Amino acid sequence: MNATPLLNPFSLFFASIFTSNILLANFLGMCSFISISKDSKSSNGLGFAVTVVLVITSAVNWAVLHYVLIPLQLEYLRYIVFIITIAATVQILEMIIDRVSQALYMSLGIFLPLITVNCAILGVSLFIDIRTYSFTQSVIFGLGSGLGWWLAIMALSAIRKKTDKAPVPAGLKGPGITMITIGFMAMAFMGFSGMLQVQ
Amino acid sequence: MSSPGQILKENVWTNNPIFMQVLGICSALAVTNLLTNTVIMTLGVTFTTAMSSLTVSLLRNYIPRKIRMIVQTLIIAFYVIIVDILLRAYLPDISRQLGPYVGLIITNCIIMGRMEAFAQSNPPLLSAWDGITSGIGYMAVLMTIAVIRELLGFGSLFGIRIMPANFIPWTIMVSAPSAFFLLGIVIWIGKTIMNREGAAA
Repeated sequence: MNATPLLNPFSLFFASIFTSNILLANFLGMCSFISISKDSKSSNGLGFAVTVVLVITSAVNWAVLHYVLIPLQLEYLRYIVFIITIAATVQILEMIIDRVSQALYMSLGIFLPLITVNCAILGVSLFIDIRTYSFTQSVIFGLGSGLGWWLAIMALSAIRKKTDKAPVPAGLKGPGITMITIGFMAMAFMGFSGMLQVQ
Repeated sequence: MSSPGQILKENVWTNNPIFMQVLGICSALAVTNLLTNTVIMTLGVTFTTAMSSLTVSLLRNYIPRKIRMIVQTLIIAFYVIIVDILLRAYLPDISRQLGPYVGLIITNCIIMGRMEAFAQSNPPLLSAWDGITSGIGYMAVLMTIAVIRELLGFGSLFGIRIMPANFIPWTIMVSAPSAFFLLGIVIWIGKTIMNREGAAA
């Protein structure tokens, strides 16, 4: 676990999708993950929205951290500042999409408010701070984490289509069997960890 | 209006945030591999929930409805920063191990959920009590998972060795998937008992 931070952008990209999947290894973004994964169409929309927002907010929060908070020695305010940046980004994105494309707004816009409270978004910004990533690394990490989350939710929604009809014990129906399914997915993703790992 | 005793029973058992809604596990499941970290983490969540519920309830007549979400988020962030600073000052090792997860209490859905569902429309002290009991319900489930994970994964509890010397630790318990499996099983057991109670009543 204590490997030195990987500097190679490709390794970082693949590690953030597979071996250090933001959801399956770091447990982030679970709330919307469980409720939305019932339906694969919404999962796709939300996955896309999360990826877009992650790339933008990881870039913005990196800039805010390095050009505003650190020079002014206000690092202890970072939680509040990060969450405001995320809320503002989501709001602006929603307005832009509404103006530019109605079709995209219908497929993406309804998920945007959900994203502000998605732990994965804030989590990525906090990881960028703690692991002291450079700007390029931050954007790559944001993109990779978003794609990893998208992949995980699509896979889970496909599995849930089957498990919903399967004869599951009454107490295990719904969230119970979903957690166990996620557990198996996490094990499968961990199989990649022999290749590379990111701390 | 419900009585304090009713609220306790509801939040810890019949309407437990984790069993019934699977809410708020994001920020805490990751630290369940060690019991000490789990205790600190869930105490932080309980403190934040209680204090934010109290604050929102005190201010409930002054916060305009339209901007209540952002005001609530800021209130939560304020208490989370306090927790973070306290941990850094008094428990620096644990603070380092918890890493980003302390900050992630902000996006814990339970806190926001209790504010929307309860603190908005109830008096301050009752709201604080609601926050504390929700925290206890949450703590109970996560502690169960942490006890199993630390006992089987490291052979210890609170860092003190419990298992005999020839016990071979289960590697899976240290890694992420076990948290998902155990949570699934805990939900299963909880729901089964609840279904039986429901059938008897």
